[in-house]
Amino acid sequence: MNTMKHNIISDTSDWSSELIQRYDAEISRIADDYGLDTYPNQIEIINSEQMMDAYSSVGMPLGYHHWSFGKQFLETEQRYRRGQMGLAYEIVINSNPCISYLMEENSMPMQALVIAHACYGHNSFFKNNYLFQTWTNADAIIDYLLFAKKYVSNCEQQHGIEEVEAVLDSCHALMNYGVDRYKHPPGLSAQEESGRQKEREEYLQTQLNHLWSTIPVKENADDVPEEARFPSEPEENLLYFIEKNAPLMESWKRELVRIVRKIAQYFYPQRQTQVMNEGWATFWHYTILNTLYDEGFVTDGFMIEFLQSHTNVITQPAFDSPYYSGINPYTLGFNMFKDLRRICENPTDEDKDWFPDIAGSNWRETLDFAMRNFKDESFIRQFLSPQLIRELRLFSVLDDDEQDALEISAIHDESGYRHIRAVLAKQYDLSMREPNIQIYNVNLRGDRSLSLRHVLQGRRPLNKDTSEVVRHLSRLWGFPVRIETINEDGTENIDAPD
Amino acid sequence: MTQIIDRRINGKHKSAVNRQRFLRRFRQQIKKAVSDAIDSRSITEVDHGEKINIPSKDTHEPVFGHGPGGRRDAIHPGNKEFVSGDRIARPPNSGGGGGSEASNQGEGEDEFAFQLSREEFLAFFFEGLELPDLVKTQLTKVTNFKSVRAGYSTTGVPSNIDIVRSLTGALARRIALRAPYSAELKEVQEELSALQNKDEHTTRVKELEEEIRRLEDKITTIPFVDTFDLRYRNRIQKPAPTTQAVMFCLMDVSGSMDEIRKEMAKRFFILLYLFLTKTYENIQVVFIRHHTTAKEVNEEDFFYSRETGGTVVSSALELMLKIIKERFPTSDWNIYAAQASDGDNWDGDSPNCRNLLNDNIMPLLQYFAYVEIMPHNHQSLWRHYEGVKIQNRNFDMQSIDTINEIYPVFRKLFARKPA
Repeated sequence: MNTMKHNIISDTSDWSSELIQRYDAEISRIADDYGLDTYPNQIEIINSEQMMDAYSSVGMPLGYHHWSFGKQFLETEQRYRRGQMGLAYEIVINSNPCISYLMEENSMPMQALVIAHACYGHNSFFKNNYLFQTWTNADAIIDYLLFAKKYVSNCEQQHGIEEVEAVLDSCHALMNYGVDRYKHPPGLSAQEESGRQKEREEYLQTQLNHLWSTIPVKENADDVPEEARFPSEPEENLLYFIEKNAPLMESWKRELVRIVRKIAQYFYPQRQTQVMNEGWATFWHYTILNTLYDEGFVTDGFMIEFLQSHTNVITQPAFDSPYYSGINPYTLGFNMFKDLRRICENPTDEDKDWFPDIAGSNWRETLDFAMRNFKDESFIRQFLSPQLIRELRLFSVLDDDEQDALEISAIHDESGYRHIRAVLAKQYDLSMREPNIQIYNVNLRGDRSLSLRHVLQGRRPLNKDTSEVVRHLSRLWGFPVRIETINEDGTENIDAPD
Repeated sequence: MTQIIDRRINGKHKSAVNRQRFLRRFRQQIKKAVSDAIDSRSITEVDHGEKINIPSKDTHEPVFGHGPGGRRDAIHPGNKEFVSGDRIARPPNSGGGGGSEASNQGEGEDEFAFQLSREEFLAFFFEGLELPDLVKTQLTKVTNFKSVRAGYSTTGVPSNIDIVRSLTGALARRIALRAPYSAELKEVQEELSALQNKDEHTTRVKELEEEIRRLEDKITTIPFVDTFDLRYRNRIQKPAPTTQAVMFCLMDVSGSMDEIRKEMAKRFFILLYLFLTKTYENIQVVFIRHHTTAKEVNEEDFFYSRETGGTVVSSALELMLKIIKERFPTSDWNIYAAQASDGDNWDGDSPNCRNLLNDNIMPLLQYFAYVEIMPHNHQSLWRHYEGVKIQNRNFDMQSIDTINEIYPVFRKLFARKPA
């Protein structure tokens, strides 16, 4: 140990730019040895107020102005001041170069933790996970956000803040329904966007008029009552449909819809990979900093402080604890990756039985494969092991409003593993979490009203916001909007909310 | 290659615009909250920010989601004694056992609370009062500071060097540093002269001469002025005006002054107070309420206790005069008075009031403002006060029916002190 003493980078809790640079150099080298593939890093040191700014703009480094971000800021500020919450140690942006914000309040061990976590963990996940590769374009996002910000503020000057705010309000209400789930969106680039935007404006207007003008040519409504459905297939991307088809919408409003839609799409992968992304980053800060310690770069004191924060991050209160608020994604993700490594390195007979392909394989390759090719839902479905289910003592509760009691449907035993795994996976499936609502039909001949179809899942009804969201949609559409609820088997549901 | 950027220096208040948007959007709710706050605040405390609560249903942003009910399976950690097939009673408040739902915004709290800054608070307060912009900025402005000499410091800019002080210090230092060498020099010189007298030991003489030269060198190399000696004139920031004022609030509390009138009167007093805080460092407020007799009371009683009976305004004026004579000599105090009333007075008393003001009170005062709030019709008091107004330039009166008519009363006050 003594021979390594000279390696120690620093032994106080104070940080400085030079120290950050030296820690980063070592962390970077270790990450490289482990085969992490990352975008170049840009580390930005900020103070707590700037961190709250970053919070309130949901992690967009520059966003258009909207009251809801102000609300978010006030909320965060209030809670932070009262001491009800600490601020995150870091925020990281999926961009190229990958921007990570470090708080000035952090001690040196914390800064090192954050560098390992964000600049190498999250960063490599952003760069290599298939969802991010498919749906986001890290090179262009900053430019696009800048374009969006300028465009919105131009609109405000031309049309007034209230008008713009109203459109954005409505779009935000539908933001989660502004993503393509299956289609691959074309890449976005700011220059092309602003270049094409004018063109699109004019072109769209002619297209729309065309759509409506075709209707009354032949009056033979009785012949084809069924065929006339528009869109011919139900459309899941409500904002996309509005942008392309809303009859009387001015073109600048269409562009606003598009902006919100694009941003929603950019965040879509993050919403689907929370467990994996945090788990991956946590696994790597843990592994990298331990390596740093083994190589003698950091002191025992450093490790104690690091382990204390690490433990805080991955704490999972039990279901009956007053602090319990659902499953901690950090805990689940971190433990799954750690467990995966264990299965590779020291497989038990049970592991060999459950994971014949990976038991005993090279752990780095296996983890890399898992990181690249899955999202939360499939990751859990594929890799949650019986051993981890036992460790976390997971159990499944069935809540059926037709029963007068809750039922424990499975626990951590032989007969329950598969059920727990399936239910947990489903819990992270966005399409199960959000109600299935699609645009079903437009009444082209009559009042131009828009019909939405909600397909029930597990008989779960819509929440009480529904009618308000529908009003937002009809504000964008310009004509009445109806929502009908369909049972899972396709039959009409009578007591649909309105 | 990692790039490290320190962003702390730039980009403060990046959310300021979004904050303004938020205030704008909830203007009605905030205005009401501010108005409530003014009613419950003491006059002297009006100059602060305020915690504002807005019903969170107003700030809620709706999204599609699942409501409670239906059939759902959820996974929880930390099983202790359950086995599959166990049935447990449904917890009282859970529609759907899952903890993953309904965590969207700050639900569970009925109010959205945040802090309004002092500037924002006053902006909302001024809104109804229709103040000109210049006046608004003057009132919102924080106290001016002026820099005052405060001794000497060892650091500063060259233009602030105090030469005499620095050179005195240098002299002292030179003497102090020279002392050991001088003493030694004296000894050596004495020994040398002794030797020279005896005329012997030439090598020792040489040594001593060498020593003397060395010591003299030492003494001359002590610097004349060292950076250590420099003294700079030190200046500190002190609030500029240190004068004091007393503000008399006079109000009729007879039965005809109802809550609405009192509320308006309160705004009138607040405004006067704010004006005065800008000019005077130390302000005392004296509350005098009266019906047929007058009494000095605290603010709480002034606004909120009710009495009935007739009205004799002169009783209040007499009490004010008495208090001025006893506690506020005009040599030390600037005296302001504001009177609010609905105009009722016992007819025979009004001439008294006029004489009291003209002869005794007005000469002592900086300014007297009288507002008549929602009068039924002007009575004798108004007419007699008009007489006072003609004779005294520092007297002003106004009849107000709505809140935006308060400000003109102060116009004159401001015309005299353009800043």
